[in-house]
Amino acid sequence: MMFAEKASPSQRQLLMDRSRPGRRAATVPRRDVPAAPLHPVRWRRASLPLPEVSEGELVRYFVALSQRNYGVDSGFYPLGSCTMKYNPKWHDEMAALPGFAQLHPLQEEESAQGALRLMHDLQGYLADVTGLEAVSLCPAAGAGGELAGMLMIRAYHRARRDAQRAQVLIPDSAHGTNPASAAMAGFEVAHVPSDSDGNTDLEALRGMLSGRTAAFMVTMPNTLGLFEPRIAAACRLVHEAGGLVYGDGANLNAILGRAKLGELGFDIVHMNLHKTFSTPHGGGGPGAGPVAVARRLAPYLPEPQVARQGGVYHLARPRRSIGRLTAFHGNFGVLVRAWAYIRLMGAVGLRQVSENAVINANYLRVQLKDAYQLPYDRPCMHEVVLSASRQRAKGVRALDIAKRLIDYGFHPPTMYFPLIVPEALMIEPTETESKETLDAFIAALLAMAQEAEENPQLLQEAPHHTPISRLDEAKAARQPDLRWRPR
Amino acid sequence: MHPQNCYYSKEHEWLKLERDGTALVGITHYAQDQLGDVVFLALPSVGARLQQFQKLGEIESVKAVSGLFSPASGQVLEVNQQVLDKPELVNKEPYVRGWLLRLRLDDPGELKRLLSAQAYEDLLAGMGAPHTP
Repeated sequence: MMFAEKASPSQRQLLMDRSRPGRRAATVPRRDVPAAPLHPVRWRRASLPLPEVSEGELVRYFVALSQRNYGVDSGFYPLGSCTMKYNPKWHDEMAALPGFAQLHPLQEEESAQGALRLMHDLQGYLADVTGLEAVSLCPAAGAGGELAGMLMIRAYHRARRDAQRAQVLIPDSAHGTNPASAAMAGFEVAHVPSDSDGNTDLEALRGMLSGRTAAFMVTMPNTLGLFEPRIAAACRLVHEAGGLVYGDGANLNAILGRAKLGELGFDIVHMNLHKTFSTPHGGGGPGAGPVAVARRLAPYLPEPQVARQGGVYHLARPRRSIGRLTAFHGNFGVLVRAWAYIRLMGAVGLRQVSENAVINANYLRVQLKDAYQLPYDRPCMHEVVLSASRQRAKGVRALDIAKRLIDYGFHPPTMYFPLIVPEALMIEPTETESKETLDAFIAALLAMAQEAEENPQLLQEAPHHTPISRLDEAKAARQPDLRWRPR
Repeated sequence: MHPQNCYYSKEHEWLKLERDGTALVGITHYAQDQLGDVVFLALPSVGARLQQFQKLGEIESVKAVSGLFSPASGQVLEVNQQVLDKPELVNKEPYVRGWLLRLRLDDPGELKRLLSAQAYEDLLAGMGAPHTP
């Protein structure tokens, strides 16, 4: 990593650099069980240099790093497509209850009935939200949900002796994970173009459908933050051609409690609990990407699914299950948080989520569309995609705007996505931000549009107020230096 | 900005006929500008056979991974090793040291399906592409 001069030499030191022989951060208790041999010597390393630091030094090192971090608990985080809403602390309290936090993955089912009931309830809530028949909580992330969906589609067509269906159709605005998941499941991918309004080109879709179509994989609302008004017709066309419809539920926050994808014709939908259902993201904890399916696909769901028989909950294997995706439900704490969120909000609260998410995004759209180009000038859903193409003419790129925004105290929006919008800035405010926060963000973007006119260099060299200045991202990708080496 | 002595594809690749009858292939100035800093290239091996407008490999920039498509059918005679080591050559000199492959063309008649520099610039103008300096 390239550190700017603002970071002092001691701040630049990695943990290994701080190591001094004999220092310890852990106290190992005296052994009270018989000694057992480790792996055979030939499997062991001769030496393993670990940093030797005291507990105090260790804590200070990580606290200093964490203070340079920026999260939803620090401020506004309008990272489009990621739904970085505030995560209420009550969820963490629920997940920390000893009955949940101290479960053992191999515990007997009789002694984990409460946890299994919670998972069973959650399966039911998610089926209800999507308007679909059955749910498996197995996928541990959104892309894991996509892969599960694609494997189910493959298994479904094979079981019907319809295995020549080898192609998945995906709009050109899709999340990159969509074609990756389809390819990983063994499908070939073909891109469906978008029309001039930012919708899937229905005529192009019609022309691409054939006896080789396994599925149409689409995000609703789409990645431009737009509702596809003819989505039900698109689903009908795909079904008439013998294909299935996969819904990427990344943007579920826009339609929560208002439109059920199952009723529009979707056969499989994955949800990102860490987006829509307010559980921590990325480094904040593992994700969860449950899949919901229509009745005809229920037998193929990944195992285990929680079933209820005679008032007792147990882990079950759907009849034609595609199998396990993970060894254990290691992300159980995420499921507890999502359950807590749904119970706390209730049906009325969840409807308010989508309403406020959409209102907030449209407020930003209207306030910003004179200063930044709006490629698709129509009401948006939960996020708005702007283009910095006007600023580009002054030599200021979307990347520069994102970096300068850090100086104003905000997390940058998603950049350069969707790929069909040049210099894209994709802004998702979520429902949890106040009007004051949105106004401050608008003021920053308007000020930056002015700066781009008058002093492009100010943006090109941003950020100026951070401990570390502009990183050389190309060098980091071309010559990654990821390993500590003794000096 | 787009040399007159090249043929262009709608997928933003260029093809230049050399005196010895072989053809060099690369990506256009517009393509490298849109991609931003190129960090990785996945190219076919010498001897591989390519079909016109079919995928030949991938190009990765700090922004995204994109497919590369062959502007003509033919056999790969040479891969630019220099550009594999220094992908930034694609950004700096897309038509000179940033070339990707040398091909032996199967059918020079296929070049009729490519665009002239003028037609390519018209295509970019139609896409609303910003005027590049």
